Amino acid sequence: MFAGFDFDVIARSLPYLFREGMTFTLTLTALAMLGGIVFGTLLAMMRLSSFAPLAAAAGTYVNLMRSVPLVLVIFWFFFLVPWIGGWLTGGGTIQVGAFWSAVITFTMFEAAYYCEIMRAGIQSIARGQVAAGYALGLDYWQTMARIVLPQAFRNMLPVLLTQTIILFQDTSLVYVISATDFLGAAVKVANRDYRLVEMYLFVAVVYFVISFAGSQYVRRLQARVAVLR
Amino acid sequence: MISIRSISKWYGSFQVLADCSTEVAKGEVVVVCGPSGSGKSTLIKCVNGLEPFQKGEILVDGVSLGDPKTNLPKLRSRVGMVFQHFELFPHMTVMQNLTLGQTKVLGRSDAEARAKGLKLLERVGLAAHQDKYPGQLSGGQQQRVAIARALSMDPIAMLFDEPTSALDPEMINEVLDVMVELAREGMTMMVVTHEMGFARKVAHRVIFMDQGRIVEDAGTDAFFGTPRSERAQLFLSKILHH
Repeated sequence: MFAGFDFDVIARSLPYLFREGMTFTLTLTALAMLGGIVFGTLLAMMRLSSFAPLAAAAGTYVNLMRSVPLVLVIFWFFFLVPWIGGWLTGGGTIQVGAFWSAVITFTMFEAAYYCEIMRAGIQSIARGQVAAGYALGLDYWQTMARIVLPQAFRNMLPVLLTQTIILFQDTSLVYVISATDFLGAAVKVANRDYRLVEMYLFVAVVYFVISFAGSQYVRRLQARVAVLR
Repeated sequence: MISIRSISKWYGSFQVLADCSTEVAKGEVVVVCGPSGSGKSTLIKCVNGLEPFQKGEILVDGVSLGDPKTNLPKLRSRVGMVFQHFELFPHMTVMQNLTLGQTKVLGRSDAEARAKGLKLLERVGLAAHQDKYPGQLSGGQQQRVAIARALSMDPIAMLFDEPTSALDPEMINEVLDVMVELAREGMTMMVVTHEMGFARKVAHRVIFMDQGRIVEDAGTDAFFGTPRSERAQLFLSKILHH
């Protein structure tokens, strides 16, 4: 059945696929996760703020980001960021390159999703915990940093990691700006050697193995991190 | 020490506190009781600014709570509070619960804070549990840790919001014992509770509240001897029955 296929192309291109492609994908995933969680947590705190304009601004941002297709955002950022950067600094366009453009885009986009997760996490902490922090004399930031966020983060860790697995899969969309991520690298090899079926099959298997292993790890973690009450 | 002057508070159009006034002198123990929904918890939460109020004035050691210039965190650090549901921080060990406020608010060194924490844990009989997490302790033990945590800030007064209401019956006394000892040492205390035995034993005064009003504010003996208001008489007859 597989007589007409040449799976050897995978072995031959393996170093390129992983050294170039997978490195790009994993670095992008890691940076966007870190940036997205930090920015998303700030957004969540803004959304829960009693100061209405702050809550409204964060709410608008989150709803906007969650209502447009990711491909479109990647595309727009890639072409808009250099232009806006140039306009702000007053000279020409500023080239950030495909990689950093992707990092910024994914950070901004995923922050909207991480925000909603952290918002649920913060709201899951009993009001009494905040009251207890204030009663000790801690201020808002100390109460957040020492009491609310550590617990919210721990409660939400499985969901945050699940979102990161989705992010890992979404990074393949950088093909629209011709960046060489794992999928991009495989597509290049596929087109060069005319081995489309083999390469697309291999890419699917690799994404599946990594994502499935990731979600199994999250399931095991879930039981371990639960806070004793 | 604590002076509450004509406090009124509304949730929307519903009035939870109506023109409440009372004084708590230094070293005085005042028990606040009344049926549920009478505003007693809300009243003591106003004393350390956990609940805002719309009218009136509260002074704690001469500092006004309503004044926007008042440094609320600083004032709260001087008034200890114990909650109905303990509110220990579940992600920190018992010792970390006791040192957090000392190091972050009072600026004590870690060693100093730990020494103080250990002394207070010994006092409430829980020194052996210092490295455990709150979830590993019984309700009574958790509440004693919560009292120790409040005391770690060297408060000038202590507020108790139904400290034994969430406890199993056999654990109530271990908490009350700590509170009785504290009262006898001369701590200024405002205690919302239904433990009338505790009130009889150590309270100097009893405040009875109903529907957001202070209906009765009398010396302990007078309160249990001849409560003047019909509502307080009814309340006492109901809870002293058993």
